[in-house]
Amino acid sequence: MIEARGLTKDYEDKRAVDDLSFDVHPGIVTGFLGPNGSGKSTTMRLILGLDRPTKGNVTVNGKHYRDHPAPLHEVGALLEARSVHTGRSARNHLLALAQTHGIPRGRVDELIDVVGLHDVAKKRAGKFSLGMGQRLGIATALLGDPQTVMLDEPVNGLDPEGIHWIRNLLKSLATEGRTVFVSSHLMSEMSLTADHLIVIGRGKLIADTSVADFVAGASKQLVHVRTPQEAALREILSGLGATLHTTDEGLLEVSGLTAEQIGEAAAAQKIVLHELTPHQASLEEAFMDLTRGELEFAAAGEEAA
Amino acid sequence: MSAVAIPGTTFRGKVTQARVIPSEWTKLRSVRSTRWSLLVATVLTIGFPILAASVISSHWGHQSPEERANFNPLDPALIGSQIAQLAIGILGVLVITAEYSTGMIRATFTAVPRRLPVLWAKATVFAVVTFVLMLPSVLIAFFASQSILSRHHANIAWSHPGVARAVIGAALYLTVIAVLSLGLGTIVRNTAGGIATFAAVFFVIPPLMNVLPASWNDAISPYLPSNAGRSIISITHDAHALAPWTGFALFCGYAAITLVVAAVLLVRRDT
Repeated sequence: MIEARGLTKDYEDKRAVDDLSFDVHPGIVTGFLGPNGSGKSTTMRLILGLDRPTKGNVTVNGKHYRDHPAPLHEVGALLEARSVHTGRSARNHLLALAQTHGIPRGRVDELIDVVGLHDVAKKRAGKFSLGMGQRLGIATALLGDPQTVMLDEPVNGLDPEGIHWIRNLLKSLATEGRTVFVSSHLMSEMSLTADHLIVIGRGKLIADTSVADFVAGASKQLVHVRTPQEAALREILSGLGATLHTTDEGLLEVSGLTAEQIGEAAAAQKIVLHELTPHQASLEEAFMDLTRGELEFAAAGEEAA
Repeated sequence: MSAVAIPGTTFRGKVTQARVIPSEWTKLRSVRSTRWSLLVATVLTIGFPILAASVISSHWGHQSPEERANFNPLDPALIGSQIAQLAIGILGVLVITAEYSTGMIRATFTAVPRRLPVLWAKATVFAVVTFVLMLPSVLIAFFASQSILSRHHANIAWSHPGVARAVIGAALYLTVIAVLSLGLGTIVRNTAGGIATFAAVFFVIPPLMNVLPASWNDAISPYLPSNAGRSIISITHDAHALAPWTGFALFCGYAAITLVVAAVLLVRRDT
């Protein structure tokens, strides 16, 4: 269980996290979604007490992370930025962290086998591929058999086999009743693994919803129409209250009307249609719609500056 | 989907200072660069005195009576520690700054979020390792160099007043350097900056004092960290130098202040 209340973090002149409040519950996978630079990693650092919030509060399993006498048994974290000394072997890296809690060596070897690093456990971590580095990070996160697992962009840089492995791992951990909090900037990835979504943009909370509700609420029905009489059709459809948008390919995107309504209206006015296709907006598009305002604001702000 | 089975563990241990110490020992011994630095420090501490004593011994016949009278047999014996202090100082900075540059510090502070046990453990482990390696090194350096010099009866006896203090003091001086440089590295958090700061304090500022008027130089120089610390290593004292243990106590004070500043910043700053 992670509880954030009014969490805010300023870095010099930039507000990275802005008044975030959310709960992450046990037993499900909660996706933490937002474009790159939206404050996901900062929020995770605040949860772990690596950075101090400017305002607000965040607790894990009822306490500030710092106040847990055995933090590795409470929370296991994989941060996006590498957190391994490049000159040290995977085994010694895990051993040094295990020793802080008195975790026995056998547990280190067990996890090295589980994440599939047995053959390279004595190699320097600096020589690891991105995928091997992620596996070492996962082993680090699971060292203390924690109730809460927090992973920042865990599938980044993984091959398809590794991605599949991570997805299964997340589901298994949630099924065991653990709190699983996973960040990603890819909606498609989250739709496959997450049950619940916390969406942020520019540090602000945009949505806190189940994946099913998010899909139902955010994806709007679009109809693609192709016609040689675009001006005439536009006039009619606007009159019926539709929202219209012409794509770069000369396709008319209509929302607010069904394909049947558009076809009948066109037939009544003898307007020729070359194409009439209902189109379900993808999750990725729904996510882009939701965060577009934030991104456009960001781009405009940069131009002004 | 096939489930990924993660074996659980019933073990539940708390973070204690006594557990963070072996963790830091594992970190120190498991990086190749630290093993090399310590080996170099040890080899130089023993090797240079033997080399210096051999050269002096072979030229003894050509030296004037005046040169022989001014010769201090302790100088070649402890010359290695002068060079070893650079290796120890750089390593002390690296012990912490390498964690910042590689990102390891995030893993470290996730395991020990109270942070201070990490600093105390690093200081303890690195100081003990330095002393355990450097004490035998300076003893070997002393006895080996004196046995070479004894051919010309130019040696000094262990029982001579101040000799034992100076030789053991060299190991103590290097141990305090270890702690002080760790503190500097923790404050600066950057390898290049940490090493530059260490070099400035120990190698750049002391000779700069010579451009000051003599009265200023005499008033300030003895209190510089390097000079205060090295007063324990010398058996010949000029009028302005601090007494051996007074100087060494001041040097320990500098190290303690550095470590306290480091501790305050370590807890306050974001990672």
